[in-house]
Amino acid sequence: MEIGLKIPDIPESGIISVGKLTDYIKQKLEGDSQLVNIWVRGEISNFRRHNNGHLYFTLKDNESQIECAMFRPSATSLKFEPEHGLKVLVRASVSVYKPYGKYQLVISEMHPDGLGALHQRFLQLKEKLKKEGLFSEEHKKPIPKFPRTVGLVTSPTGAAVRDLIRILTRRFPNIKIKLAPTLVQGIGAAEDIVRSIRLLNRVEGIDVIIVGRGGGSLEDLWCFNEEIVARAIFESKIPIISAVGHETDFTISDFVADCRASTPSNAAEIAVQDKDELLSNINHLRDKLLNKTKLTIAFKAQSLNAVIDRPLFKRPFDFINEYLQQLDDSMLRSGRAILVYLKLKREVLEGVKGKLHSLDPKAVLGRGYSVVMYEGKVIKKSSDIKINDLLDIILQKGEIKSKVVEVKDGK
Amino acid sequence: MANEEKSFEENLAQLEESVKSLEEGELPLKETLEKFEEGLKLSKLCTVELEAALKKIEQIVEKDGKIVSEPFEEEE
Repeated sequence: MEIGLKIPDIPESGIISVGKLTDYIKQKLEGDSQLVNIWVRGEISNFRRHNNGHLYFTLKDNESQIECAMFRPSATSLKFEPEHGLKVLVRASVSVYKPYGKYQLVISEMHPDGLGALHQRFLQLKEKLKKEGLFSEEHKKPIPKFPRTVGLVTSPTGAAVRDLIRILTRRFPNIKIKLAPTLVQGIGAAEDIVRSIRLLNRVEGIDVIIVGRGGGSLEDLWCFNEEIVARAIFESKIPIISAVGHETDFTISDFVADCRASTPSNAAEIAVQDKDELLSNINHLRDKLLNKTKLTIAFKAQSLNAVIDRPLFKRPFDFINEYLQQLDDSMLRSGRAILVYLKLKREVLEGVKGKLHSLDPKAVLGRGYSVVMYEGKVIKKSSDIKINDLLDIILQKGEIKSKVVEVKDGK
Repeated sequence: MANEEKSFEENLAQLEESVKSLEEGELPLKETLEKFEEGLKLSKLCTVELEAALKKIEQIVEKDGKIVSEPFEEEE
């Protein structure tokens, strides 16, 4: 049987460990006066500030790049804020970080050296598109308040898409997400972003699109500063939220988009409202609904009670009784009045009867007077008769026929 | 009036409208009760929609000029 593994026959003294080799390299590099305290020109990229105050970044130019470290004592004396894309002059020494076998520049001094070339391009494009009106407010489409479907233009892997999906679905569990897997850094990224934006514009029912990626160096984010991306965002019929990198990263996409989010997570928060907030709002509305309805019913009931409380509704027979009493009363009163009236009339009648009685000739005759008549006429003066006329004398009882013997004139 | 075909946004807006008209309220009792009933239905619809975890994540790709949607599997 032959074993496949063969150890070459090399003397132990001829073998060096990784650590020893690294030590040797470190010694070589750090001992070279050409690599100590030298001035280097380059552009800052991938800038990181560590909690302990150390700065780490890459210094680069068109040909190459080198990792840099600037430790706290030197970093605190900096007169400016280092950032991505900034061109700088540094005084540094080459050193080797043994655990990773990595060579780097340890910087003791750093000064800005004009604006980085990329930054220059950024400013130029920004100015050009601004003049064209791509950033103006009048072109900004409103972001819908309650989108049903959110489109994503981002990488299908990585933290950004995970954050987006997690926050979108947590805030609004009933959301639909349509992801257009997109290359968001490196060669062809800009073209891919444009293709994805156009693709999602052809899909039915997408309410808002989030275009973005997580943090990275200025180079990593650069595709979002490309003109074709800016124009694709501008031409999108669907509102676009731009979410590129971190809070401090600004890209051309941010300016053209209908809304800029500081991070992908922030974009998700802008795109959909929080379910719990919405629920509490709905509950609040429902409580109001209930209270207002109760209040209205109470108010109507009060009006009703005010009517019901009136004596008429409370003790209806009181009214009837009172009415009957009134009726009795008036009948009584009118009865009395009739009696008085009749008495009065009777008195009047008696008076008239008395008068009539006095006019009755028979009553006069009763008192001893008599009526003299000649040929059916009552004689009132002596000149109406002559001697020998036959007169009828009417007494109270009976008549007398008599002959005139003498006539005397009366005054 | 409360309609399940309407969007969450429309239902919520209508709920807000119902509450507003009750608040301004010199509504007759009958209308008050109608608004109340409608509002309750709307608030229920909105709540149900919010609570319904119907998330659907799709991946949109173009194949031979056609738009194709496939379920998107999140990597853990």
